[in-house]
Formats: sequence, C-alpha cells, structure tokens
Amino acid sequence: MSKDANRFFPILSIVTLIVLFWYGFSVVLNAPWAYDQAKRQSITLTLPELVNKTWSQKRPKLPTPHQVASEMWDTTVNQKISSKRSLVFHAWITFSETMLGFIMGMGLGIALAIAIVHNRATALSVMPWIITSQTIPILALAPMIIVGLGSAGFSGLLPIAIISMYLSFFPVVVGMVKGLKSPEQLEIDQMKTWSATGPQVLLKLRLPKSMPYLFTSLKLAMAASLVGAIVGELPSGGGGGLGFRMLSGSTFGNTLQIWSGLFSAAILAAALIAIIGFLQKIVLNKMSLEP
Amino acid sequence: MSQTPVIKVNNLDLTFETNDGPVNALSDINLSIDKGDFVSFIGPSGCGKTTLLRVLADLDEPTKGSVTVNGVSPSEARMSRAYGYVFQAAGLYPWRNIASNIKLPLEIMGYPKSDQEDRVSKVLELVELNGFEKKFPWQLSGGMQQRASIARALAFDADILLMDEPFGALDEIVRDHLNEQLLKLWKSTSKTICFVTHSIPEAVFLSTKIVVMSPRPGRIVDVIESDLSPNRPLEIRDSKEFIEISQRVREGLRTGHTDE
Repeated sequence: MSKDANRFFPILSIVTLIVLFWYGFSVVLNAPWAYDQAKRQSITLTLPELVNKTWSQKRPKLPTPHQVASEMWDTTVNQKISSKRSLVFHAWITFSETMLGFIMGMGLGIALAIAIVHNRATALSVMPWIITSQTIPILALAPMIIVGLGSAGFSGLLPIAIISMYLSFFPVVVGMVKGLKSPEQLEIDQMKTWSATGPQVLLKLRLPKSMPYLFTSLKLAMAASLVGAIVGELPSGGGGGLGFRMLSGSTFGNTLQIWSGLFSAAILAAALIAIIGFLQKIVLNKMSLEP
Repeated sequence: MSQTPVIKVNNLDLTFETNDGPVNALSDINLSIDKGDFVSFIGPSGCGKTTLLRVLADLDEPTKGSVTVNGVSPSEARMSRAYGYVFQAAGLYPWRNIASNIKLPLEIMGYPKSDQEDRVSKVLELVELNGFEKKFPWQLSGGMQQRASIARALAFDADILLMDEPFGALDEIVRDHLNEQLLKLWKSTSKTICFVTHSIPEAVFLSTKIVVMSPRPGRIVDVIESDLSPNRPLEIRDSKEFIEISQRVREGLRTGHTDE
C-alpha cells in the first residue's frame, strides 16, 4: 500500500500544480474580455467577481478545467453516439484511422526490418530513405497524400490511415532491426550447428527474441499513429474525427471544442498505449523475457 | 582396432585477420581421432583449443590444410548432422520449457512429432533430468541447464559430440558429478567426444586421449594416450597412474610456455 502511495503522490502533486496554474492562467487570459464587459456596463469588478467572471465565460480564451470537463460530459454522455456533436462519434473515427494506420505501419515496419537484417544491400539502400522519410514535416506531406490519393479515387479512412502508417512504421523498423539482431553470436552459431535455414532462424530465434523491442516500438508507433490520424484529418475536410473537431473549433473560435477534442485525443492515446503495455506484460512474462 | 579415423586433421593452419594484423590462431595441427575416443583438448587461453573445435564444427574455416569429419569436409558433416555441439553457456531459450528446448534441433531437422517426444524422454533419462520436461530454464540450476544442453546435443543421432568447456562456469562439486555422468553417458552411447577444457584433472579423468596445446601460435605440444581403465570412479584421481598422466600434461603445458 505504501508503495502505491509512493507512486501516486508525485503524480498527484504535479496534477494539482498544473490545475492550479491552469485556473490562474484562465483568469489572466480571460480578464481583458471581462474588464471590457464591465466597462460597457460602467461597473468596476472586485477580484472575486473578476475570478468568477473569467471562469464562467461562454467563449473564453482559455477555458477552465471544469468547463472542459463539463463540455466533454455534455458531448459524450448527453449526445447520441451517431450525432456529429458527439465526441464518441469523432473519437471512433480517429480510433479507426489510428488502428488501421498502426496495423499497416507495424506490418511495413516488421517487413522492412526483416529485409534489412537479412540483406546487406537492402540495409544500405533502404535505410537512408527510411530516415529521410521522417525528416519531411508531415504537415506538408499530409495534404499531398490526401489530394493524391483522392484523385486516384481513395477517400475516407484509407488516405488518413496511410499518413498514420507513414509516421508509425519508423519506430517499428528501428526497434525491430535492433531486436532481430539481438541474438548473441553463440545462439547464431548454435543454429548453424543444426544447419538451420534463414527462415528457421528468423522464426525460432530472431522473432521471439525481438519481442521486448517490438512492444517498446509499438508504444511509440501507436502514439505516432494517433498524431498521424489527427494531422491527416485536418486537410481532409468533412469526414469527422478529433482532429476535424479541433479544426472546426478553431475555425469558429470555440475553444471549449478545441480543448475537449484535445483531451479526448490524449485519453485515447493513453488508453491505446496502456493496452499495449498490458499485452507487453502478459507476453513477456509468459516468455520469461521480463528483465 | 584398425579403422579409418572419425576425425582427421592434416597440416592445419588458421590465421585470423584482425585490426592489429593477422593472428596465427592455429599452426601446423595434425591429429587423428578414432571412433569411440574421448579426446580432451587442454591448454591456456589463446592456445586455439576452442578454435580447433570450431573448425571441426565448420564454424570457423581453416586457412590451410585439410580436415575431414566422418571422411567428408566439416561443412558436409555439419549438413549431414554428424555432430552435436555443446557450448560454454547452455544457450537454452527462456520462452521454451526443457522438453521444448530439446525439441528445437529436432524441429529444425524435421523429425516427426511422435518421434520428437520419444527422443526427448530418452535423452532426458540419459542426463538424469526426467521429470523436468515442463520446467523452464530459469527454474533450473546452472548444472542442470548444462545437462539439458547436453541432452539437446544428444537428441538427434550424431555420432560425434563436440563440447567447448561445458562445465567451465560450474563449481567443482557440480563439475565432479557431471564428469562422472558424462563418462557414464559416453560408455553407454559409444559416441566420439571432443572436449575442450582448461582443467587438468577433468581432462585426465575423462579422456582416452589428451591433446596438450600451447599458445602463440596455437599448436599441439603433446598427445597423451591414456591407459586408465574405462571404469573410473572419482577416487581414481588419487591413483599413481592418474598422477603420472597429470604430471605429463603439466609438463607439456610448461614446455609450451617456456617456448615463448
């Protein structure tokens, strides 16, 4: 119990600090408008009145945590899931894009890593391009992918998932190259004494041995994939999703909508990464690979 | 018994190219090993005893000279699964239990499933590990892990067992016990065993033939045919013959060193 308390206390204190700062900044950022309103009605505000007004504006510059929370409650529980006003509706779209992109990115990443580990020519020719691909800002690339695929007749989920894949395959390649190369010389020699073929070494030694590396990579890939999905939604227009929701909030100056979209994305990311962490624990424990 | 030797090495040289220039790991090695021999390679580190074993296993290639294993090249011998190799570390896979670790080479070599089971129980009995099929490597002591690794090398029908300091990392009491077991196993299976060690008592206790080696360049300084009886209780180490052979090994190691 004391161990849990030890872990909980630092987190809790940081959260408290953030919330305090947040309320403070809400006052500071929303004060001009409150003063403006007061001036029009020719009244002067006392400090408690000011605080009260800055914390309850309809269109604040910076909404307070409780406003964001109530907006999120309102747009999840009090809306039909199929409604365009529902955060669940948008989160589901982003989730689908993220998962599709993540699975494609994982597949591409593992395939590339296998090719790189088994073939020096591939390593030399492909690796520089893989690294270059990640130096191009995705914000510049995303519209081109959307437009390009759109003119080829692909719209909706797939183009956005491809942007997710573009971001998520990279950590998988890097991690899996390292993981597939993690068997020691002794283990490779041992395989040779049994005249094992390349695919046998891959299947029975390299892949199982790379599992710890895979799961670490997958956590990074999942986060990258979600970012890709949100970035991909921005130039796509109409479709929906948390990125779309934030963009429309920004277009109409609805900060509550932006912040609740942002938090939904954060919660979604945390949940997805927690699921991978859970799988990691089970699989590595079962394989006795837990350090 | 006059027969063709199982292993024949003629004028073997092996030079490693390193960043500090070539290293002469083995020089002018000549050796012949008969079927059923228990041969120990002994010498200080850097004498090339492990390298010689690796050449026999086709893990390293000689620069010059010829090697035959079962009358063919080491590479062909490896392909025809002529030997089992036991490394210094047990090298068991943590995600496989003991039975499944022993099955690993059998799966790779394509033995039928039912046959795999039979072989596992047979070799586990040989190394006295029956009952441990379902245990995982981390549940076993170092000595037991090494026994499992020997069982794995015995699981397919190789006539030759190559062992590279398999007991080097174990304490002396465990080691004595495993030496006795290994001797028993060798007698009951009539395999040819090549055994690398740096322990004189171990070499003398186990071997029918002791190859004494010396470093820089790695070469053979003496080959001792042991005439100890095949029945060897641990107490034999106090006998006159045992001490005499040990002395000869020690002398060989010493001449090798003064040559520098």
